[in-house]
Order: sequence, then structure tokens, then C-alpha cells
Amino acid sequence: MNTLTVDGKLVTFSNDDRNLLEVIRKANIELPTFCYHSELSVYGACRLCLVEIEGRGLNTACTTKPEPNLVVRTNTAQLRDIRKFTIELLLASYEHDCTTCSKSTACKLQDIAKRLGVTKVRFKRGQSNLPIDDSSWALVRDPNKCILCGDCVRACEEIQGIGAIDFAWRGANTHVVPAFNKGLAHVDCVDCGQCSRVCPTGAIVPRSQIDAVWKELDNPEKTVVVHFAPAVRVAIGEAFGMPAGTVLPGQIASALRTIGFDKIYDTSFTADLTIMEEATELVGRIQNGGVMPMFTSCCPAWVKYMEQYYPEMLPNLSTCKSPMGMFGAVAKSYLPDFLNIDPKNLVVVTIMPCTAKKVEAKRPEFTTDGMPDNDYVLTTQEFATMIKQSGIRFQDLSPEPFDLPFGYKTGAGVIFGNTGGVMEAALRYAVEIVEGKPLSNLEFNEVRGEEGIREINLTVGELELKIAVVHGLKNAKKVVQDIKEGRKIYHFVEVMTCPGGCIGGAGQPVYFDKAIRTERIKGLYSADKMLQMQKSQENPYIQELYKNFLGEVGGEKAHKLLHTHYYNRKRISEEGMSILENVGNKLSISVCVGTNCFMKGSQEILKRVLNFIESKNLTDFVEVKANFCMENCDKGPSVSIGNKVYSNVSFDNIVKEIEAQLEAVTK
Amino acid sequence: MIKSLSNLEALDAVKKEYAKKIALLKREIIVCAGTGCTANGSLKVYEELKKQIENAGLNLVVKLDFEEDKKDPHYVMSSGCQGFCQMGPLVTIEPDHIQYVHVKPEDVNEIVYTTLVGNKLVDRLLYKDPVTQQSYKGTSSIPFYARQQRTVLKNCGHIDPNSIFEYIGKDGYYGAYKALTEMSDEDICNNLLLSGLRGRGGGGFPTGRKWDLTRIQPGTKKYIVCNADEGDPGAFMDRSILEGNPHSVLEGMIIAAKAIGADEGYIYVRTEYPLACRRIKEAIAEAERFGLLGENIFNSGQNLKIHVMEGAGAFVCGEETALIASIEGKRGMPMPKPPFPAQSGLFGKPTCINNVETLSAVPLIIFNGPNFFKSMGTEKAAGTKTFALTGNVANTGLIEVPFGTTLREIVMNIGGGVLNDKGEVDPDAFKAVQIGGPSGGCLTKEHLDIKLDYDNLLSVGAMVGSGGLVVMNNSTCIVSVARFFMKFTQNESCGKCIICREGTKQILALLDDIQNGDATLETLDLLESLALSVKAGSLCGLGKTAPNPVLATLKYFRAEYEEHIINKRCPTKQCKALMKPEILPDKCKGCRVCVKTCPVGAISGDLKKPHVIDDKLCIKCGACAQVCRFNAIIGVA
Repeated sequence: MNTLTVDGKLVTFSNDDRNLLEVIRKANIELPTFCYHSELSVYGACRLCLVEIEGRGLNTACTTKPEPNLVVRTNTAQLRDIRKFTIELLLASYEHDCTTCSKSTACKLQDIAKRLGVTKVRFKRGQSNLPIDDSSWALVRDPNKCILCGDCVRACEEIQGIGAIDFAWRGANTHVVPAFNKGLAHVDCVDCGQCSRVCPTGAIVPRSQIDAVWKELDNPEKTVVVHFAPAVRVAIGEAFGMPAGTVLPGQIASALRTIGFDKIYDTSFTADLTIMEEATELVGRIQNGGVMPMFTSCCPAWVKYMEQYYPEMLPNLSTCKSPMGMFGAVAKSYLPDFLNIDPKNLVVVTIMPCTAKKVEAKRPEFTTDGMPDNDYVLTTQEFATMIKQSGIRFQDLSPEPFDLPFGYKTGAGVIFGNTGGVMEAALRYAVEIVEGKPLSNLEFNEVRGEEGIREINLTVGELELKIAVVHGLKNAKKVVQDIKEGRKIYHFVEVMTCPGGCIGGAGQPVYFDKAIRTERIKGLYSADKMLQMQKSQENPYIQELYKNFLGEVGGEKAHKLLHTHYYNRKRISEEGMSILENVGNKLSISVCVGTNCFMKGSQEILKRVLNFIESKNLTDFVEVKANFCMENCDKGPSVSIGNKVYSNVSFDNIVKEIEAQLEAVTK
Repeated sequence: MIKSLSNLEALDAVKKEYAKKIALLKREIIVCAGTGCTANGSLKVYEELKKQIENAGLNLVVKLDFEEDKKDPHYVMSSGCQGFCQMGPLVTIEPDHIQYVHVKPEDVNEIVYTTLVGNKLVDRLLYKDPVTQQSYKGTSSIPFYARQQRTVLKNCGHIDPNSIFEYIGKDGYYGAYKALTEMSDEDICNNLLLSGLRGRGGGGFPTGRKWDLTRIQPGTKKYIVCNADEGDPGAFMDRSILEGNPHSVLEGMIIAAKAIGADEGYIYVRTEYPLACRRIKEAIAEAERFGLLGENIFNSGQNLKIHVMEGAGAFVCGEETALIASIEGKRGMPMPKPPFPAQSGLFGKPTCINNVETLSAVPLIIFNGPNFFKSMGTEKAAGTKTFALTGNVANTGLIEVPFGTTLREIVMNIGGGVLNDKGEVDPDAFKAVQIGGPSGGCLTKEHLDIKLDYDNLLSVGAMVGSGGLVVMNNSTCIVSVARFFMKFTQNESCGKCIICREGTKQILALLDDIQNGDATLETLDLLESLALSVKAGSLCGLGKTAPNPVLATLKYFRAEYEEHIINKRCPTKQCKALMKPEILPDKCKGCRVCVKTCPVGAISGDLKKPHVIDDKLCIKCGACAQVCRFNAIIGVA
């Protein structure tokens, strides 16, 4: 153990301490920072964690490696000046209508301004009035509140590997925007909302549907039922000052009833249903030689990711709807009779830890006759707001029961909310199917944990079952690539987009410390143990639902209601624009005229290739297309002949290739 | 024809051939084709010269590969920047040592017949001292040149930048040969260290140490990068070297590559320098053709592939880590150091980044030995430094002086003195010099005799920077100067760190308040303490130096700031908002000329009665004062 001095006190540190900022935290000093997140790369931009190091002057603590015997001061007059100036400068330039901001009280700018004693702004206010981006059902972006810390940019890039948003323009005109300043709904954003989770201000927040839900609740003709996801029960307490991971399903049921919902159900019930279908599908694929590996499909951000980037692997996605999707479908078809109400008066509201679920609910496959199966999707944050609006002292509530039958669940359905949970729940059923006997040990500790990629080999009967559990899409990309390129072989892969799984979703109460996730996960595993049953297949109401309504597991009706299909959403269509057509086209030439190749002169190449073909009277032998992107931009200009893509093309080298290939076809 | 220059014999052969051809020439007529002269039409002069020389029956050659039996050849060549930009287009005639200035195509006929045929001077085209009107024949006598010590720029303006043979003829690539075949990587670093060469891009870090730090890094893949992202307003040293002597930069990179163990290099040059981009690309292609770049250079086993990366002109990309990001195809934003580029630079590999002028000095040091360089300049700042001399000075242009030269020598002698408002040389008109561009500081009368070097400049709150020198006369408003440079850095801040992005914006707003008469003395305190915080708190060099113009002008011209604030008066009458034009009733004859001239109808009054200006309507354009024949209108420039 080494030591260094912080404000006159000795602090010990080890080689595991990544930076001075974390060492200083050990000395019980919380340096202000916007841009330091232990999960993201070090950026060093907000300059709030500057400290004075003897002999070295001012350094940002987040970028400094701890070294023995450093003498660090965190609170000099100069540092206080810089920090105060920084906050005042931000307050002068950006909108801070705290009273009406949904991020108020969870906002770092607000918090740090208060901590640093900023009581006035000495600079001229020069706030921008940029348009708000509300194109997405998941998130609302207000660039006027953006302080350009870059946390969202790095979260999108480093956690999800997408990069849907980035900086544009320069200096004081810098903004964070989606590509070409389009709306979030029109770019590669998968709606996971991790950007909003790390945003220190209210610049990106989940889109609220509270008012619409109140309207339904106020309508006496409507029967409003609600179901909430597993992850909600271990996080809602944080909004009311309770420790993370406190398991509160009964209190939630009580609050929902007081708010005015007619029936209180649990999404964990349809998580059990998902397991019945998904485990059956998996066993079927294994036994009948289906497309392998099978990927889970309950995470809508992951599904959208696959549709955008790996459409060729869509058959690998389980066809099962998510638990939320199954709930909506079953509720809308089963409940009207069961509750004896007019189907058009049934409103299904769901509370999710997730922003992507808001978009999932709008997918056409998740609607019946144009009406969404789940009418409204609220986040845990919105639910907390509704509790506060109702004046309920949530922390003092006594637990109340759920309504039956959809309020009954097993532990398997509850652990769905954390990474590894879907896998474990599925194994509790699949292993029993394969082995044909009841499980002796219910806990699959191998699949638990918080590592981004976990690979497990299990012996199930005669089968060596290879599985992987992944969270974070950047990790998922690695696994998918490994599978695609033959480096890895699995039977079943669980993917959750958010770090830690659904418990780390962007709809949950705002948190910046990743230890919170660990507590929430612990909460779900303890909830699993507290329930009477731990295996989905034992849920008596699930058995009854199949018997009375759905028929066979994986059967026709189950398929119609509980399964779905996917679409190719690749960013750029591979179809080019036809320039030169012919009937007997023998050779197909495609010139990329996407931005990058265009800048590198591909238009000229296209023109000359056409001239060449015409001058040689070869128009009957070739078709020529202009393609809008071959996704080979760094090696442009790109031209493809047949199926082969040529990089760094010039007219002279490609024409030789064309001539050679034409010779072959015209012979 | 020589195919490959893989050994000393081949280099010697080229050099001998060059000397032979030069000796055969009757005359060399060198037309400056630097950016300044080209803009003033020097290419037309070049074409006209070729035509007229042939018309006069003289033997014209445009390349040195002429037949040896050609009698009295006249070699017409277009060179890179010859330095005396103010006087362009320039035509130098050798071996007569004549330099003609402000040459226009219509002057060519006289040059050809009087000088080339008649062997006489065309006096009207010679440089004349603006004060004494004395004529000077050429670069050896014109004070602008005679008082310089052109070392790095020696060949710039004297050789054809497109010809690798002329570069070799002037000892080019001999340094690279020596380094690659006779010296170890460690020797090279030691030589550089002994020479005392420090980075010419602004930081002034010892080049030998920088190389050595990269050299000792583990790993087989390393990069050498030439930083040619010259962005200071008014600075054009690097541009001129790339345009005028591109091979010197390549040779410097070859030597650096050997010293640090790199086999790949990048030249990051702004795309707004089209001629520099073209010349350096042509030079690379030519060097590759002769085996001076590529694989196994001089059979030494050293490989070097050099790429040219054209930057989009962001000032911040001159910062090392931002430059690296830009080459990698990322947004040009600085990253915190450490890790330093020497440890983890381009594509995560050890990388050495040197400025153009630094690299261009390297071949001279290796070829002539470290003492050659060390003997020039001062103890702590060896060698010479180029400066781009501009502003209110008689002779603007590109100069090179040893470190330790005084400001007085540069401004008053090489620069020919300060120009006052009327354009006359006036020693009393000197107010200040902004040195080091927007990151630098200003020097005043009291600094005229300090010896310019890194440490002396730092001690008075300025810096060498890349070498911009803007001379200001006493009708320059110091607040406007600070605002000009702040506006520049504020525009060029990458936006990454808050204190730089927002701080520069508010500094600018506070300066506006001062210029608009909206400031109090508290504004001045706030301005100063914000400037100090931006300087101390910013991430990269841009932010750390951005407030320098404000801090330096505040230090030396606080009274002028206070005059703006307390008396709401701009002493130089540059700040429009502070102007209070009025018509002196005893001088006004009531002629109504000003009434008719005022574009906004702010002046009223009857004929033959004193007129008045309506302050609310007046836009302070000064048109009235210009037309008034009785000097009755005051308070407006």
C-alpha cells in the first residue's frame, strides 16, 4: 500500500486505484465533477476536479494517476475561483429553469452550484433558444440544457458501441446532435436512454406520458389495469430516500391502488409465460436442428440493434415477444371477458425501468387492430412522480396484495430484471425438459455476476450446453462478431442492453454510482428467494392460462399471441440506383456515390466508366448502379463488380478490372 | 538519367552536375512565386520574362537539364517565398545579386534589355529606403535582408522548390545520408540535444529530448508527424518553408524517423494552404521516385512512408493531441496528457510531433554538426528563428534572426521603422508589438531592448509562439487588439472544456462591455480574474494561453482600459460606441455639406447657422468630419 497526502491527511492507495479522483474520495472528499464516470473513459473536460499537486501545479484529478508521496490540495482559493467561475459560466449560458425541469433534485449542475455556494451569476445571460427534439417516443433532447460534458456521447459510444450522438460545430457553438442534426427517432438510436442516465442535467430525459395516464384514470368508463416490471420493485424506493435494492412490490401495489388503477398485475407473470415459450423454443431448436445460437428477444433496444446492424442474423432472435409484449397481448384478448368489460374500455398501463419499451409498445407487431396492446408505458421515474403528485407517503406504506391471476409470479419471473436472470429462469425450465426430471439445485450461480460477457458451459443430460450472458451492446457486438466469424459457438445467448440489465435501465431513478446496480441485483435475487415458487413451469396461473386459453405451450394460439417477427432496418438499403440497365445484364457494376466516396471523386469515376462502356459498345453486357454507401468509407472510393468490392478505386485501375471481367463474360 | 539515389556517389553526382550547370549559366532570374507575390501577379511576370528573353535572342532555359553546349543560358525560375512580401512581386537576378521589387509584367521588357542585355541596373525597380529614398541593389545591401541571418530560410527563394536536384545541389539529403548511414539513433538525439534546438511551434521543448523520449519507448511501430497546421493570424513561416523548400522538411522527417524508430509519417497541413499541399505532395512523390522515401533508404534498412493529411483549418488541431485525433479521423479535440504522444500517440503508438520549422532546421544541424547551430542565438535558445513581421511597419515579410536579437533591431532596422497613421515612418508612433499570435502577449516600448528568447519573453508575459510579430502604432486601440485576439480564440476553441469554451465567450462579452461604455471598474477585476482562471484551468494549450492578450494588455495598458471605463473615452478613437461627435458652433459656418452627407439624417441646421448632431440617430461613421472643410466636427474618427 502506498500513501499520498490529501489536504494534509495521509491517504493509502493501491495499484487498483485508477486515478487521483477516486483516491481523494477515499479521503472522504467528494470533488465536484460532471464528466467523470467510473464506467466511461476519462475525458478531463469539465475541469471541476482540478487539484493542486505540489511541484506540478493544477491537474485534473480524474486524469492523474496516483503516485506515492504526492502532496495534493483540493481546496485552495484559486481552485475555488475556477470551480465557481465554471458553474457561473454554465448558468450564464444554459437554461436552468429548475422548478419546471424533470431532472430537478437529480441534477448535478443544480447540486454542484448549491455545494459551491454559487448565489449569483456575474456574467451576461446568453441562453440559446434551440429547438427541442421530441421526435422519439423514448427520449426528449433539450439542447438548451446541454452543458457539453460529453457523457452521453461517450455512453452511447463506449457502452453501446453505437455513437448515435456526437459533437458538432465548434467553440461556443458546439452542440451534441444526432447525425445531420436529425431527430433521435430518425437515426441509429436504439432508445436505451443510457445517455439520459449519465446526463448531469436535464438535456436528455425520458419522454413522459403521465398526463395521458391521468386522463385515462379520470375517465370512469375505463378500466385501467397496470403491470410493472421486475426491476421497478428494487429501485422505486430510491426516489423516496430508501436504500437501493429494497424490495417493495407490495408497497407498489398499494400505491398503484391509491392512485386509482383498477387492477394491479405483475409483468413477472408474463415473464414466467415468456420462459415457457422461450425455453420450449430453445429446446426445439436444439432438438430439431434450428438456427443457432438463439438470442433472447425481451430487450427492445437489443432487438432494434439486431435489425439495424445484423439483419442477416434476425432468425437467431427468439420469436418470443417480451414479457411486456406478451402481457399486452394476453391482457387485451383475455381480460375483457374475464373482467366482463367492453374491450374498448380496457386500458393497459405498464411501468418499466426502460425508455426503449416506450418505443416497443408502438411497434405495429405489438398492436391489435391499430391499438397498442400496452396503451401507455411509464418509467419508474414517472411512477415516482405520480406517487408524489398523489401525495402518497410511499416510504410509510404497508404492502398490499396483487390482483389475480396476472399478479402471481415465481422467482424465475422476478430475476428477469437483471443480467443473467432470463438465462437462469430459462435454465430452470429447459434443463428439466431435457433431463426429464425435477431440478435439484435451482440456483445457477455460474450465470450470475456483473462481468460484461460471461460464458458458461453446462452439462445438461447428454448435451454440453454452451451459453453466454451479455450486457451492454458494445459487448454484444463482440459476441455477435465472434459467432458470425466462427470464433465462438453457443446454443443460447442472453443479451440485455443496459449495464446490469433492466435494473440499470434509463427509466429507473437517476443514479451515477454503479454500486447502486449491484444493490438492485441483490434485491432481485432476494425477492426470488422470498417467493413461494422459483420455477415458471410451476406457476399455477400460467398452467391454468394454457389450459383454459392458450392451449399448448408453443402451440398455434400461443404463437399467434405470444410470438413476433422482425424487420431489416439496415441504415442504408443495399439497393443502388440504376443508371444503365439492360435485359441480359451479364456484369453488374456498382459505384458508391455516398458522401465519402463522392468527396473522393467517385462521381467522376462513374461518369468515365459510363463513357468507357458506351465508347466500347458494351451497354448490352453490363448494368451500372450508383450505390449510396458500401460502408467501406475509409477505403473509398469503392466500386463493386459482381459481388466483389474494390477499394481505393481510380478509373484506371477499375477499368482494367472491368475489361478483364468483360472479356470473360463476352467470350 | 539518375534512377535511384541510394548511395553517396549518386548524391555527389547530382551535386556536381548542379554545380556544373550553375557555373554554365549566364544568369539566374528568380521570380518569387510565394503566396504573397503570386497574389500580386508574379506568375505573369514569370511568363513575360520567358517570352521577352527569347524575343531578345537570349538563350532561355527553364530547367537545369539543358544541353551543355548551349551558349550563355538564362535560367528563369520561380521560387518559394523570398521573404520581402511587402515589396512583391520580387525578381532576383544572380550572380549580379540584384533584387527588383514591385515588378509588373510591363517592367519585364526594361529588365531584359537594360539588365540582361545591357548589364545595367533599372534604378526605378530597386528597393528604396522610405525615409532617405536611397536605392539598394539587392539582398546583400537592403537592410531588410542584410541584418537578418537567414539559415533555415537560406535556400527558400533561391532554389526551385519543385526540383529535388537543386535541393541536393545545395547539400540537401546529405544530412539524411549521414544520419542513416553513419549515426546511431542515440547519436542523432544527442546531436540534436547538443545543438540546443527547441521546438519552433510554440512550446519550445528541446527537440533532442522529445526525440529521445519517443526513441526509448518500446514497440516497433512508431510515427513521425510534421505539424504544419499553422493557424496564427498573420503567421506564414511554415507555409513559406513548405512552399519554398519542401525537401528540407522531408529530410528532417527522415532523420527524425531514424532517430525515433519510425517507419511511417504524416504531414498535417491545412487545406487552406493549397500551394503548400501541392508542393509537399510533389516533393514526396519525387523523393519516392528516387528512393529517398520508401524502403531501405540509402541501403540503410530505414523505411519511411510519408502521408499528407489535409486538415480543415481548425486552429486547435495545431495542439498535438487534437492533431492526432484529426489524423485518426476523429473530431479534433485535445485529450488530457499524460499519456504524452511519445508514449501513446497516433493510433495508440509512440509518436513524435515536430513543427515544420523545427524539422527544416534538422538537416542543417546533422550536416554541419551541432556546434554550427549552437553558435547562433543565446545560451538557452540556440539558432535562429523565423518571424512573420506584419502590422504598422515599413517592411513586412518573412524574416529570420538569431535568438537574442532585440525587438528594436527587428522593428526599427529590419522592419524599417514604425508607420504612423499617415503611412510615414515615425519612431514616435510605436505603441506595442503582439508577439506569438493569439496565444502570445504584447511588448511595449520598455521591451524594445530585451533580447528575444523563450525565457525572456515568458518573463514579461509573452511568448515566442510560432513567430507572429504584429507591430502596432499609437493609433491602435489596445482594447480592440485584445478583443480581436479573443474573438479569434473564442471562435477556435474546440468547445471541449467548459472554462475555455464559456470563459473565452464571457471575456469577449466583458471586453464588449468596456468598448460599449457599459463597464465599471468591477468589470475590469472580473475580466482579470476570469482570464486568470481560464489560463490556469483549461485543458490544452489553446485555453491556457487564450487569455494572454487580455492579461498582457491589462498589464501594460491598464490606464487605457480605465480610460474606456471611467471617462467612457477611447483615446485612439477606435471604439465607435464611445465616440461623441459634436459640431463646434464657433467653427461651423452652416454650409450644410455635412447635413447632406450624413447617411442617416442625424445632422440638422439652417444655412449659415451652426448645425447640431442628434446623438440618438448618429451611427458614428465619421462621414461628416471628413467632408467638413472647417474642422468643426470633433469626437469622431
